[in-house]
Amino acid sequence: MWPRLVKRQIPSRLMVYLSPVFALLLSLLAGVVLFIIMRVSPLAALHAFFIEPLSSIYGLAELGVKATPLILIGVALSLGFKAGVWNIGAEGQLTIGGLCGGMVALYFYDQEGFYIIPLMLLAGVLGGIVWAAIVAFLRVRFNANEILTSLMLSYVAGLLLNVLMHGPLRDPDGFNFPESRQFSDSALLPTLFDGTRLHIGFLIALLVVALGWIILSKTLMGYQIKVAGSAPAAAEHAGFSTSKIVWTTLLLGGGIAGLAGTIEVAGPIGQLLPNISPGYGFTAIIVAYVGRLHPLGALFAGLLLALTYLGGETAQIQLNLPVAVTGVFQGLLLFFLLASDVLIHYRIRFGKPELAVEKS
Amino acid sequence: MDLFIPALLTIITAATPLLFAALGEMVTEKSGVLNLGVEGMMVMGAIVGFVAEYYSGSATMAIVASILAGAAMAAIFALLVLEFHASQVPTGLALTIFGIGLSALVGQSMIGIAYEGLPKISIPVLSSIPVIGPLLFQQDFLVYLSIVMVAAIHYFLNKTRAGLILRAVGDSHDAAHAMGYSVVKIRFMAILFGGAMAGLSGAYLSLAYSPMWIEQMTAGRGWIALALVVFACWRTLRVLLGAYLFGGISILQLHAQALGIGIPSQVMSMLPYLATIFVLVIISRDVSKIKLNAPASLGRAFHPSR
Repeated sequence: MWPRLVKRQIPSRLMVYLSPVFALLLSLLAGVVLFIIMRVSPLAALHAFFIEPLSSIYGLAELGVKATPLILIGVALSLGFKAGVWNIGAEGQLTIGGLCGGMVALYFYDQEGFYIIPLMLLAGVLGGIVWAAIVAFLRVRFNANEILTSLMLSYVAGLLLNVLMHGPLRDPDGFNFPESRQFSDSALLPTLFDGTRLHIGFLIALLVVALGWIILSKTLMGYQIKVAGSAPAAAEHAGFSTSKIVWTTLLLGGGIAGLAGTIEVAGPIGQLLPNISPGYGFTAIIVAYVGRLHPLGALFAGLLLALTYLGGETAQIQLNLPVAVTGVFQGLLLFFLLASDVLIHYRIRFGKPELAVEKS
Repeated sequence: MDLFIPALLTIITAATPLLFAALGEMVTEKSGVLNLGVEGMMVMGAIVGFVAEYYSGSATMAIVASILAGAAMAAIFALLVLEFHASQVPTGLALTIFGIGLSALVGQSMIGIAYEGLPKISIPVLSSIPVIGPLLFQQDFLVYLSIVMVAAIHYFLNKTRAGLILRAVGDSHDAAHAMGYSVVKIRFMAILFGGAMAGLSGAYLSLAYSPMWIEQMTAGRGWIALALVVFACWRTLRVLLGAYLFGGISILQLHAQALGIGIPSQVMSMLPYLATIFVLVIISRDVSKIKLNAPASLGRAFHPSR
């Protein structure tokens, strides 16, 4: 007999947390199949992907480096998605943030000073906010779908960075490569441990997790976000302003993505390049979902997704696997998560329906 | 004149992929389903078509493979949304992320391989009309097909019973369900059709528009197609208009350089994206117009209550 889905009376809290675990296990299983198709030993590949990066201090530090932007943006998107505001252009906000922060660093390229990094971070946040404000304005004032506008602006942001890297921001002594000067030491984030690249940006990410948690659970805005997402009619009836929720979540998202962008250029990169992110802004969408749209969840999910980036690099070096495997794995993870989520609202039953009531 | 004719030709080639994808998405949305995975289905259509061409040497096989690839991607979406009751927005996003990753993986050995492009088909008599004859009637198969699809879909949606049922499912799935139509089955078909059309759009990109494989060569066209559906207010003929309008905007970058306009190419490349935002704003600001034209059940999950 085919299994049937029967709606639960109350959504299962347990399944909310178990679903990401199921999704991860299913993704690993699919990964094994993928590696067999690619004629790679699945054991060696899984080892390179998930064990090797975690078996050294340097690897763990790199995990933190890669997780930093994912956690930051993941927290921001969680709040937005919870409210039903679909900012999927975080990649563009990250790019503009990195560009603005980087320009501050380049302006002070021959100076030293404690004030440079705070100015950079501020510029990054403002840059991201401005980029997201366009989306919020168009949504609130003209009802334009934020999914499409934020995404279109991501392409525009990428091109803007590119044109500036080929023009005014190019290193004057750089043989015409589209790269900026190296930032001065005062514009680089201090590292936490000698011999690693883990920088204080990771601590900022942890701080943002805490802040996100407080906003969500302790503030009126957090409450409005939760109601607007789960019961839009109730939110409207309660007089919650949709515009205010759209503005807040988008500006918050843009600001944090911009911060992440600046942390990237001031941390692991150390200069401006035509491409400053391997799609962190998009991967953060997966982070937000795997993290159950909760800031604390985004922390764990950010580390997990960072591992897929890191593992992808290790597998490339050790087994000559293409880096694209990372993208496939991330996509599979989200598919399996969305599929597993059915168990939150439904239970699986075998055999014929016993009671008519059960079907409702 | 010597600039006008190549300009018109490139408009057609730039518009065709948008037209396929937007037509397919429109049919999907007419059934009440918002599939944001157009970009992912399109990019899979592009690489699978290219790989099929490379190994079979047959353009027909390549096009069929692209259609199947797009439809297969759409089937994943349909399964998740219709059977596993997943939300449409994140599922569509997942489809795009997955498609971009998988196409890069499949295409890694295809980088740098060139293909001469789909053969051009001259339509007898018409193609011998001076000036516009060779322009309009000496295209590849897919260009003609895209125009035929406009007519076919327009006819299907407005003149056939099946089209009426599809629209009914999109406007009120509960009413359609109550009348005995299988909402899930109809939506499944509409989603598959949208995927097949996105696959065709991808085939056009990698076999005709720029006959080679480049990672993420769709460059946001799937998203522009989604915006085109809104721009067109879910009307077939306006999709045609919109696709050619956007084709026109996106070729400006090619011809600005020929005209010697000193704007960096990246700035010209921003135009289609900025234009997309612009038309979205123009169309969307009239809320009642969107409400009147959009399928009423668009994006809403369907749970049969009895």
